[in-house]
Amino acid sequence: MHPAFSVIFLTTLIGAGQGLFLALATVELYGAFDLLPAADGRRFYAAGSAVVLALLALGLVASIFHLGRPERGWRAASRWRTSWLSREIIALPAFMGAVFLYGVVHWFGWQAPGVAVTQTLTLTPSIALAIVGSVLAFTLFVCTGMIYACIKFLQEWASPLTVINYILLGGASGFTLAAAFAAVAEPAQTGFLGAWALILTVLALVFRAASLVRNARLKPKSTLQTAIGVKHPRVVQKAQGFMGGSFNTREFFHGKPRELLRAVKWGFLAAAFAIPLVLLWIGVPRGSAGLLLAAFLVQYAGLLAERWFFFAQANHPQNLYYQAIA
Amino acid sequence: MTQLALVIDLNVCVGCHACVTSCKEWNTSGAAGYLSDDRPYDRDPTGTFFNRVQTFEVGEYPNTQTVHFPKSCLHCEDPPCVPVCPTGASYKRAEDGIVLVDYDKCIGCKYCSWACPYGVRELDAHQRVMKKCTLCVDRIYDRTLPAAERRPACVMACPTNARLFGDIHDPDSEVSAAIRERGGYQLMPEWGTHPANHYLPRRRTELAIRPEELQRADNPLKVDGKLPKPSAKEPSLDDVTSW
Repeated sequence: MHPAFSVIFLTTLIGAGQGLFLALATVELYGAFDLLPAADGRRFYAAGSAVVLALLALGLVASIFHLGRPERGWRAASRWRTSWLSREIIALPAFMGAVFLYGVVHWFGWQAPGVAVTQTLTLTPSIALAIVGSVLAFTLFVCTGMIYACIKFLQEWASPLTVINYILLGGASGFTLAAAFAAVAEPAQTGFLGAWALILTVLALVFRAASLVRNARLKPKSTLQTAIGVKHPRVVQKAQGFMGGSFNTREFFHGKPRELLRAVKWGFLAAAFAIPLVLLWIGVPRGSAGLLLAAFLVQYAGLLAERWFFFAQANHPQNLYYQAIA
Repeated sequence: MTQLALVIDLNVCVGCHACVTSCKEWNTSGAAGYLSDDRPYDRDPTGTFFNRVQTFEVGEYPNTQTVHFPKSCLHCEDPPCVPVCPTGASYKRAEDGIVLVDYDKCIGCKYCSWACPYGVRELDAHQRVMKKCTLCVDRIYDRTLPAAERRPACVMACPTNARLFGDIHDPDSEVSAAIRERGGYQLMPEWGTHPANHYLPRRRTELAIRPEELQRADNPLKVDGKLPKPSAKEPSLDDVTSW
């Protein structure tokens, strides 16, 4: 497939936003059980929610560039019964709404109408919103992943690993950002968030590597023989029907040499996983905001490369019909 | 249930591209708007087409066959492009099985083209919506046309009658008979899309000539009446024997 930068930015930005929100919600829930020191409402949660909203809004802006007719984008919410894209378009604003409310509740410190669950645990509005927001964050991850995983003939994508990787990569970048953010806003949480960032980055590396191994062993189900229905071991295209380009020759192939693809693969394995792991390993014990921010920026750049590779690697069967100009 | 479709006979397609040009001519002039062409006579031309004719070579020289292969939307009975559309712009008509795009609802997200394994959907660069073969839905029901012309433009144009049009769910239709009796097949059956359009395979026409047919020793079947005439003096029971 041809990697579109609109979708690359959309998926990486909202992934980091969702991960950051999950980090905020995790701190909140750990705090509710007195497992972590309480974090400041405005400085940590409200400001953190603003960062999440900013990432999601940037992602939304990026997605507009993907549409031919963005002014009709509202229509996209109508087919949620069948289309994962439609579901994503509903889940994203719903999640943004939950994050906004979560930030507002923390900014104004509205903890008043709490429901006592046990003697020590009270379900405050912010905890309720943290749970709702987390469910929506995971819903959005699943929708984003399933957009790609549900196309069965894009064999590189049609795997549960696609959804798992969207969750883990978004989570890893979000928790790394959360660790950097905590180092500035709430240093007491840095160690906890940094440790989770390390764990998630390692997990993401394991599952992304698994998907690389899987894709390297794929055998395409469609061949030129099934594409034109001629049973012969040697079928060669001599003409694709036109001398110039078309949508079909531009949209479904990255048009880059194989060496670049290999370079991007090793590049993202280093930038999204290896370098951030080292930076986190050094930065977390020292609580160094600079190192942790560098870890996030390198990891985010790595994820841009990862997403580019994700698209470029997917081999669409329609390319069988467009192999020779004349 | 009706399922309109094209049946394309690869055995007689000569790759003349008449279906391509007549499709373009009809569909660029319709109410749905033009099919854009950019730099048609310049470097790097590009444009939107519903139909393409491609050419494949099968076999190794000198034993090769050239297969001209017209390709347009196959109007799948289980179209993967329809459920993925977030707006419902991409739909399959219940009454005749034609897969269409509502150009007023399409947001140009290209997801349906990703979900089509055949690469028959093209995003129009100027209208910025997805376009595809409509089976000339604005022709085949047009009562102002003579009945014989209520057929897709590509079918009308084909000089070798390689394109048949009809209802593949009607067992008595010309297309059903062609599929049944001439080995009609579907493209990429491995994805379960059940394309409505079918292709009729290439058939090599070979004469089976046995040696005894080339050299006549006698006339064993006695069919052509050229028998040695019995002598007039010889007794004869009939025209054949002479004893």
